[in-house]
Amino acid sequence: MATRRTSLREADTGPEDGFGAVLGELQSARLPAPPKDLRRLLPGLEPERQVTDWGRSERVEELLDRTMVEFLYRYWFRVEVEGVEHVPLEGGALLVSNHAGALPPDAAMITRALKEEHPRSRRLHLTVEHFFKGYPGFSMLVQKIGGVAAHPANVHRLLHDEQELVLVFPEGRKGTEKLVKDRYRLQRFGRGGFVEAAMRARAPIVPVAVVGAEEAAPVFASLTLLQKLTGLLYVPLTPTFPHGGIAGMFGYLPAKFRIRFLPAIPTDDLGERPWRNPGLVQELAHDVRGLISEHVIDMVGTRRSVWL
Amino acid sequence: MSAPRRILLTGLSTHWGGALAQELERDPAVETIIGVDSEEPRVELERTEFVRTGNQHGLLRRIVDAAGIDTVVDSRLVVDSTTTAPKLAHENNVIGTMNILAGCSAPGSPVRKLVFKSSAHYYGSEQDDPAFFTEEMRRPHAPRTLIEKDVVEAERAVADYAARRPEATVTVLRFANTIGPGLRSSHTRLLGMPAVPTILGFDPRYQFIHETDIVGALAHAVREDIPGVYNAAADGVLALSEVIGLMDRRPLPILPPWGTEVVAGQLLGRLGLRIPPEMLRQLRFGRGLDNRRLKATGFDYTHTTREAVIALREHQRTARLHSGDARGYVYEREVEEFLRYSPSVRRGEGASAIGAGNGAPPSSYDGLRAKEVLGVLGSLGREDLLELRDHEAAHAERTEVLAAIDRLLGGGTRADPR
Repeated sequence: MATRRTSLREADTGPEDGFGAVLGELQSARLPAPPKDLRRLLPGLEPERQVTDWGRSERVEELLDRTMVEFLYRYWFRVEVEGVEHVPLEGGALLVSNHAGALPPDAAMITRALKEEHPRSRRLHLTVEHFFKGYPGFSMLVQKIGGVAAHPANVHRLLHDEQELVLVFPEGRKGTEKLVKDRYRLQRFGRGGFVEAAMRARAPIVPVAVVGAEEAAPVFASLTLLQKLTGLLYVPLTPTFPHGGIAGMFGYLPAKFRIRFLPAIPTDDLGERPWRNPGLVQELAHDVRGLISEHVIDMVGTRRSVWL
Repeated sequence: MSAPRRILLTGLSTHWGGALAQELERDPAVETIIGVDSEEPRVELERTEFVRTGNQHGLLRRIVDAAGIDTVVDSRLVVDSTTTAPKLAHENNVIGTMNILAGCSAPGSPVRKLVFKSSAHYYGSEQDDPAFFTEEMRRPHAPRTLIEKDVVEAERAVADYAARRPEATVTVLRFANTIGPGLRSSHTRLLGMPAVPTILGFDPRYQFIHETDIVGALAHAVREDIPGVYNAAADGVLALSEVIGLMDRRPLPILPPWGTEVVAGQLLGRLGLRIPPEMLRQLRFGRGLDNRRLKATGFDYTHTTREAVIALREHQRTARLHSGDARGYVYEREVEEFLRYSPSVRRGEGASAIGAGNGAPPSSYDGLRAKEVLGVLGSLGREDLLELRDHEAAHAERTEVLAAIDRLLGGGTRADPR
């Protein structure tokens, strides 16, 4: 199975003027400018449906939430949340977090934290690799629990048109592949594609620092041979995987989880089309990474123990 | 540009061609409708003229020039590879499109508008697709199936035409998979199975468009000037499991995630179900379209995807009961010509307007003669009579009609003492 990694920036198409370069077969002169705001034309809600247009299923989510996530959140990881007030009450916002561990539970915990602690119980969409859409089983599950392929058009539609919250892990696969000896060393933040997405949507960026995920699912080594045989993204060696089978993927150690939401960084005050300025994009990406790193180090330094 | 009045339809024998002709016939501003096809029309048409031609552009150009056609609607693209042999489909989709475009691009050609029915197969169905395609997006990979190649090639020809003739309004409509009672396609067949074969481990997102909305969108593009490319797909993207649930069927994940093509070809082919390659890709990755740009031009969809699926279910449940009555129409050249051109035929006298029974619109009602109205009063219910009485009193005010209604209403009160 061929897997192609596509970060937010690398994909072929992007919203708004990003399209200028990739106009369809009809020449741009022939296309009338699209109406400025198409948001009011979004499809209406059909109350009989239990699955959203993105393929997210309330029923599946609810089921997982009441069983596994509830157990992990409350008793296994004993998640501690700070600064949830920094997540805006309404409108789109891009949550950016550090990411690590084999099949990391951090996304599920952040989702749950927002549902539990946020005054509006806002729901979160998480961006995932295109890989998941092509792998049987995952492709069903990931979509049902709110996973959206990390395509710039998807992020833009969610942030700008639907005014939803989106979670990205700019470290991407580099974060999950990271071995346990490198824990809490943030990897490169892609090429700043997430900043660009936020700028286009004029949505604020909310940095999120997470501590605990790296001890909950430590990766001791990457099994390259097995990866080639199975066609998976990567095959980690963890305390319970691969000898524990598929269930071993979920064999988390009971590390204490701490999630800290940091003050939102607005992106709508950077002038006209700031995403055209690669320097500015890089700078902002760098700042966000530095901020998260700083808080992660602070949280690691001040915690009582890994497990308590 | 002034409103289109002289229209040429290609593919009159297709479902869309026929339905669109019927829709356009209702518009009194449309002077002439000419349908060309290599096969006879399959629906009854009142004033559309049928010319049997192949795809030769020389003949087409003569028709276009002679009739002073100002609008060409090309609805003949084959988008389902189970309906036509691959070679014929290619001939029709690519060579046919080029010929039709050549037929209306001669210098001084009267054609001012071209509406081209395309398909969302233009975008394909891939792992790294966006969840909602917008019109500007190009497919991320080269086309993988024959039909997709055809659609991309045909659209390129249309784009070239648009660039060559900037004075013409060129509209391309990319339709999602179509379902509807009047239609048999790979998808309606698949969803008609008692258990629907799916690919193990995949639940793709599906968006359909109801057949009436296809006709509506084509007619909309004929009436309004909307140059450019538009996606046409109903609101709502459903998971395949949701669709199967709405159809009251069971999913049957018998297609393995690897080697799907082989199993689909061998196993299901032997069982008599052909799943074309472009559909296999959709069964794996699905596809969603952003339909807002067409909505922004003022088009309203009558069905959401969910409603279209429900309509299909209702039709399939009762299909056994009304099989037979749909096949009533046979095209007979002599009869059609007699009806259109013979001096003995009485036209425009509302001869058939009232025979249609329920709900004759008031505009045609006022044109009826009193005697004709009296003939049908007996079949109307009390509410209808009251309404008709008000209408008659407000408009034509024909005493004999009013008296007849009163008489009937009087009888009604005796039968229904209230």
